[in-house]
Amino acid sequence: MPADALPAADVVIIGFGWSGALIAEALSAAGLGVVVLERGPYRDTASDFPPGFAPDELRYAVRHDLVVPTAQNTITFRNRVGQTALPVRQWGSFLPASGAGGGGVHWNGQTWRFRPSDFVLRSHLANAHGHDVIPSDATIQDWGVSYAELEPFYDRFEYLAGISGRAGNLRGHRQEGGNPFEGPRQRDYPTPPMRMTLAPTRFAEAARALGYHPFPQPSANLSEPYTNSLGVVIGPCSYCGFCERFGCGNYSKASPQTVLMPALRRRPNVALRTGAEVLEIARTPDGRHARGVRYVDADGIERYQRAELVILAAYTFENVRLLLLSGIGQPYDPRDGSGVVGRNYAYQTTASVQLFFDETRFNPFIGAGALGMVVDDLNAEGRDHARLGFIGGAHLAAMQSGGRPIQSRPTRPGTPRWGGAWKHAVARDYLRNVRLGASGSSLSHRGAWLDLDPTYQDRHGRRLLRMTFDFHANDLRMIQHATDRLAEIGRAMGPAEMVVNQRHGPYSVVPYQSTHNVGGAVMGPDPTTSVVNPWLQSWDVANLFVVGASSFPQNPSYNPTGTVAALALHAANAILTRYLPAPGPLVPR
Amino acid sequence: MLTLAEAATLEAIVDRLIPPDELGPGGREAGCALFIDRQLAGPFGRSESLYLLPPFLDGTPEQGLQSPLTPAVRMRAGLAALEAHCRAAFVGRAFAALPPAGQDRLLSEIEDGTRSLAGVNARAWFDLVLQMTMEGFFADPIHGGNRQMAGWRLIGFPGARYDYRDWVERHGAAYTLPPVGIGGRPGWHDAG
Amino acid sequence: MLGLLAALVAAASDETRAETPAERGRYLATVGDCVACHTAPGGTPFAGGRAIETPFGPIIAPNLTPDRASGLGAWSDADFLRALRRGLRPDGARLYPACPYVYFSAVRDEDLLAIRAFLATLTPVANPARGAGFGFPFNLRPLMVFWDALYFRPAPFVADPGRSMAWNRGAYLVEGLGHCGACHGAKGALGADPEPGVLGGGRVRGWFAPDLGGDPRAGLGGWSLDDIERYLATGSNGRALAAGPMAEVVENSTARLTMADLRAIALYLKQDAPLSQPAAAPSPVPNGRIGAAIYADACAACHRANGEGVPGLFPRLAGSSAVQSARPDTLITVVLHGGRAAATGAAPTGPAMPALGWRLDDASVAAVLTYIRSAWGNEAAPVSSEAVRRGR
Repeated sequence: MPADALPAADVVIIGFGWSGALIAEALSAAGLGVVVLERGPYRDTASDFPPGFAPDELRYAVRHDLVVPTAQNTITFRNRVGQTALPVRQWGSFLPASGAGGGGVHWNGQTWRFRPSDFVLRSHLANAHGHDVIPSDATIQDWGVSYAELEPFYDRFEYLAGISGRAGNLRGHRQEGGNPFEGPRQRDYPTPPMRMTLAPTRFAEAARALGYHPFPQPSANLSEPYTNSLGVVIGPCSYCGFCERFGCGNYSKASPQTVLMPALRRRPNVALRTGAEVLEIARTPDGRHARGVRYVDADGIERYQRAELVILAAYTFENVRLLLLSGIGQPYDPRDGSGVVGRNYAYQTTASVQLFFDETRFNPFIGAGALGMVVDDLNAEGRDHARLGFIGGAHLAAMQSGGRPIQSRPTRPGTPRWGGAWKHAVARDYLRNVRLGASGSSLSHRGAWLDLDPTYQDRHGRRLLRMTFDFHANDLRMIQHATDRLAEIGRAMGPAEMVVNQRHGPYSVVPYQSTHNVGGAVMGPDPTTSVVNPWLQSWDVANLFVVGASSFPQNPSYNPTGTVAALALHAANAILTRYLPAPGPLVPR
Repeated sequence: MLTLAEAATLEAIVDRLIPPDELGPGGREAGCALFIDRQLAGPFGRSESLYLLPPFLDGTPEQGLQSPLTPAVRMRAGLAALEAHCRAAFVGRAFAALPPAGQDRLLSEIEDGTRSLAGVNARAWFDLVLQMTMEGFFADPIHGGNRQMAGWRLIGFPGARYDYRDWVERHGAAYTLPPVGIGGRPGWHDAG
Repeated sequence: MLGLLAALVAAASDETRAETPAERGRYLATVGDCVACHTAPGGTPFAGGRAIETPFGPIIAPNLTPDRASGLGAWSDADFLRALRRGLRPDGARLYPACPYVYFSAVRDEDLLAIRAFLATLTPVANPARGAGFGFPFNLRPLMVFWDALYFRPAPFVADPGRSMAWNRGAYLVEGLGHCGACHGAKGALGADPEPGVLGGGRVRGWFAPDLGGDPRAGLGGWSLDDIERYLATGSNGRALAAGPMAEVVENSTARLTMADLRAIALYLKQDAPLSQPAAAPSPVPNGRIGAAIYADACAACHRANGEGVPGLFPRLAGSSAVQSARPDTLITVVLHGGRAAATGAAPTGPAMPALGWRLDDASVAAVLTYIRSAWGNEAAPVSSEAVRRGR
């Protein structure tokens, strides 16, 4: 079927999550004509998740209403070479979004900056501890961009979104009450931290008594109303407890809807087409230049959108898959380590501790996605990795994101799953339990990568992406150490009973862990180990930028959104200030 | 969706999974079976959003669900297998006609894998029933279960309130407002 | 002397210097919000085709582009003036009074001809007006002679020499091109606009355009000049958000006016003598427990338990003139069907109230509206279930 060609645009952006929306804002503000293609539906606060029906745990959290249906797009998975990868037919371990706003609609809102050393991980570890601390099969590398270069863009995102938090390091000066281990920031957060419920308060007291440095989680659930530089008003969080997996009904969680869309809607040079699923990035015959994209529109008609500049800003999986399906870049070959596309997939290594109290009511239904206190000491510099036996780290937290009862009603060990005894236990334990979490880093390594599945196809007959992944032994040692420290804090909080949920291999796609899937189209200064250069420009196609967590060469312990946003704004700035004046490779190959 | 006979079996099961007692209603009174029936008749029961293209191969537990069978099909097959088992093992008696202790024993054996049912994966079926019963007990009443917000009242979950600003810093306080659902609560219609 | 003052008032816009008539006309057409009626949803601006709801049925607004066959291309200046001043088409047929020519009779010829000059610069679009969808007898245009005889008294603007130039400019805009009274004045039984100068509130498309008089509860008595200016310039201030038909007025018209003109309008609306008589405060209604319960469960998450709202996002209900309007039409419409606030360059958020008609029955809506009209010091009459039923 011949594609129906549309008038050419200056820029076509694939995906309207945080990355796509931020780049659309920056480029359209500069006057470029921008077309955004989003595979999912249009979504708007008042019509799609108003307070009247947003708090529907079954619909959103259990049935995954804001997540892309696997019938439309999924991946196949195996733990290791030698297994047959099988399709993820029902989402579990992670929940890729779909629709206007992307994951920015249903995220928790935990907003971090990565530390300066994260961006130079390999050279930092080698300099500080020697090459020997790095496992031989680890493919961790430096990012090619420094924290100092990204700082203005972290700042820009935090001030667009109104992030609530307290600085720990203002231009090199340590600030009481913030994260003492963060990199220097030019100014404090735009809004103060959220108010704390009992569980994070007790956690912070216990952690402080053990010598740690707890601080409030920087949050995109805003502590007070905020008007950003685009004139858009974001509301105050009502601590409703329906955040992750839900859209925010009262405009108080920063999302493309609440932060950017009101401004974009007014710009005649931005067009958002929803229900538009991109099939391929089309190139000139020599392959060096992208001409546009082929996509299927909401009516099932194949279209061709020409553009001078293509921004691939879909989810990690679809970024990598579209590169592979379009034949852009050399696919990674784990046998000899050659090739780059699909290389360095990484995840998040998580664990938890569950506390049960006899009397104290913690009222877990009060909550917000980023409501909590955090300890970042285990990520801190200067740890003796040779003695500890692992590299990387974790942050520990008491996050109170909402005790929604279908999914969150833990009972004490030994309780049956049903019957009268279960009923008595859940009635006793629901209000009186606290969950503590450890979120740990994830090494990229030779045994973890993404490629095209040889067997399974999507509804358009295109091959699914295949994930080969298991936790690296280093990461399991790391998270065990972190979970032990977390349990010490938990014990100090004085529970009647405590359950330590250590993370064990093999990795499973069934229980939810994290939607922090990263890598596969990683950034770096060297085209033999990266897909995009430090400005997220494709090494192979100069007018293609690949934006998102797919560019992370490995994953620190922190939630990715702050860094995804900063990288997107950094790339947009490079397009405007470097690429447009002289279109072509920004770094010679 | 379910036949009357199937529904009777399911009613009996949900009332053992969540038995009525001094703490409040059981699964039957809370509408768990109606909830399950509606869910099976809808997109979930038909696996409408799931990737169901072949080949279907047995994988590792880490690879998750690989069955082409929808929840509706699996539920009905399990109910039929349970009934067939009961009529054979208990001289023609239906599951619903067994004494509660006998029902509990049978369900426990299915749960821990010591009792198989002909033609179905009995443990997987039990997990489906248990999962859906709990969904029905704790989901918003608008979906047909959690009648009178019985599940929420049991544990102290206030439902679709959407605003706890006044309670964030009242550490340890007993929350006093009654639960409310998407469809409201009795206090919207009378002064109760 | 009075004529000279009137001319100065008409020219008081600070955008008049060194402008062509067409440029001036573009601004004046914005003051008159012509585009609102004369553009079909999603259609070419000014090419007509939008159905205007009237008490008699929908009127299709005609094409104002210079297309000769279907637009104004064949009209002379005199035709144009006659249509806007007298409600007569070139062929002598009468216009339906949905077009506020009652107000335009107050507008100076130069200003109307400037609008004409602006319209002549538009790209011609062929879009024949499809006429009106009235039922008998109002489908008979000649009957409009009867209507005009009853209600229409052409009245050119007369400046008040005892007032400031800005006040007079405000009066000229409000009572002339701005045609505020078309919505904010109570219409007569036959759809007649009210007497100029009476802006006591009126119903429009299921909304109640509030009293613009000095009533401290239901009117602008509690608003400062700055409040009025900010509202008109951005669609929101700390007190209210423009929604429904007013959101369109703000987006298409008032947000695009000069600050000098907005100040003039504010001055006129806030004149010492209230334009309407303050309504007698109704006897307080006891805070119904049911209404209070619904408010706490379904409204407080945005409007706050104390009704103070969030500026620029969720309207303040405590002390709100919209909440305490004599007629609760707007409240009923917004609760049942939802509404979107104006989105302007200065305040682009455009937050929306979700529809609650599926969630609340008539008695529940009545109870919660009665509650908010009597809580936090508000005083306004109760809302009946019957009124809510009519709003569905």
